[in-house]
Amino acid sequence: MTTTEATPRTAGTASALTRTHSLRQVLQVQSFQILLVLLVIFLIFAAMAPEVFPTWGNVRQIIQNVSILGVLGIGMTFVIVTSGIDLSVGSNLVFSGVVAAKVMQSMGDAGWGTAFVGIIVSIGCGLGWGLLNGVLIAKAKVPPLIVTLGTLGGALGLAQVITGGVDIREVPAVLQDTIGYGNVPGTTLPTISLIAMVLIVIFGIVLHRTRFGLYTFAIGSNEESARRVGVKVDRQLISIYALSGALAGVAGILSLAQYGTTAIAGQSATNLNVIAAVVIGGTSLFGGVGTIFGTVVGLFIPAVLQNGFVIVGVQPFWQQVAVGAVLVAAVYVDQRRRAAAARGHSAKDDGKKRLFGRRSN
Amino acid sequence: MTTIPVLEARGLTRSFGNVRALDGADFDVNAGEVVALIGDNGAGKSTLVKALSGNLALDSGQILFAGGQVELTSPSHANSLGIETVYQDLALAPHLNAAQNMFLGREIPKPGLQGRFGFMDNKAMRLKSREAFDELGATVRSLSDPVGSMSGGQKQAIAIARAVAWAKGVIFLDEPTAALGVVQTRNVLDTIRRVRDKGVGVVFISHSMPHVIDVADRVQVLRLGRRVATYEAKRTSVEELVGAMTGALDGAQS
Repeated sequence: MTTTEATPRTAGTASALTRTHSLRQVLQVQSFQILLVLLVIFLIFAAMAPEVFPTWGNVRQIIQNVSILGVLGIGMTFVIVTSGIDLSVGSNLVFSGVVAAKVMQSMGDAGWGTAFVGIIVSIGCGLGWGLLNGVLIAKAKVPPLIVTLGTLGGALGLAQVITGGVDIREVPAVLQDTIGYGNVPGTTLPTISLIAMVLIVIFGIVLHRTRFGLYTFAIGSNEESARRVGVKVDRQLISIYALSGALAGVAGILSLAQYGTTAIAGQSATNLNVIAAVVIGGTSLFGGVGTIFGTVVGLFIPAVLQNGFVIVGVQPFWQQVAVGAVLVAAVYVDQRRRAAAARGHSAKDDGKKRLFGRRSN
Repeated sequence: MTTIPVLEARGLTRSFGNVRALDGADFDVNAGEVVALIGDNGAGKSTLVKALSGNLALDSGQILFAGGQVELTSPSHANSLGIETVYQDLALAPHLNAAQNMFLGREIPKPGLQGRFGFMDNKAMRLKSREAFDELGATVRSLSDPVGSMSGGQKQAIAIARAVAWAKGVIFLDEPTAALGVVQTRNVLDTIRRVRDKGVGVVFISHSMPHVIDVADRVQVLRLGRRVATYEAKRTSVEELVGAMTGALDGAQS
């Protein structure tokens, strides 16, 4: 007779099964593995320079350096989870900062009123570029890589047109003193980092706990399926790119506050750094998988390497080499895991082909 | 008998370029009845199903739901009428788990303010998913694993359970047994009968004539984009169906 495949498992064995399963799953989650890598790197530097590296002053410096990228990383994680990409974040940041600086400059005074207007203008500009990206991707069906490559050039070019290529260095003092390099009152935590943390927690919850987040994963997993069950895919994609844009606007004003200049030429590799961090953190470029937590960890690895190399006296250029290696290794591990999962089952399924990428067979 | 079909199509046409995928196709299914829809490759079965599930705009023709004319503009519009489809590719999101797939697009919000902010009642959705799978006798081992890691049979079970759980009027099953083993196929055929007995109209698309004769009440044959014959499943044979599909029976006329 046929075997008892259809026999229902008892509740006891079923839950025992899932329990061991979930423990193994935690160890297999890439953001967890990468957290271990980060800890190892941290401990190595701490052992090599115990007087300088593991101090709060130094760690505070690292956290502050990561904050602006963290804000960009949130939006990028959403975008990459949908199997999209947003190359325009760096240019968008510059454009938003430039317009905000221009507006604040023309208002003339350096008080909170001016700063507030600047913040709104910057976020608004970012949102505008994000909406443009989203509409072109969702409605005009132009691939995200091309759309955001176009807006990358467009935003940066327009920023240079507006300024004539010369950085604006007038930023209201209140912005610089409080947000830029101020601390949260009563602590030594940079204000800019607190802002980033709050945004990370809020959007972490949105991505992992709400329907908006679920739809983000569903689109990255199988866009057509999502459409068929009634998910408003176009509207969701537009919202996600708009979110990424608006966060680039936030990053624009933060950058302005921190550096006191529009730094037009300073963001040419920002998009790639953010994408690398998102991918190192376990978010799949093929969509459907990813965590905000992983992105945060992924951002700290380059920052800690850079900082540590300087302290222990290695040429900091090695940081780029190391980050490149970590990035490739992270994706290699990810691909191998997918291939292993694919071997476990009959691969006769469209969704699966998509899931396990183009290269796995 | 003057029963009003729960879903009826009259003279549907749809062209793709020069190809007439549907050429004045008629179709009807009653509540509590299994209608098998058969036809050779390219006969227009999938196009017809797409049109009747809101996935395709028509050039002309009428669709009547419970006697009233409707325009099925989107899958969710069809869903809101109680028309559900199990697609050949199952239309599951492989990275989401079974319960998330079950409720995708129709999540249960948490009560109160949290629900307003988009928080979902995952516990309730898991419970209801479990109930739906149990009702089908489906062996879905884990509600928390991504469905992409499951076997073909389990995925099929999830897709069917989802459609059955939401279907109030009509359910389309596009080749639901094509990738299945013997036991699973029998489960699916049993499920079809059970859904029919609940009063839902079941449209069963298959290339397997024995299954068609086994489970269907009526068989409608599509050829070259139109319905060419309707048979009582009890009074027909595999030979007759194949003959109608290929056009061997009606000779030169087409």
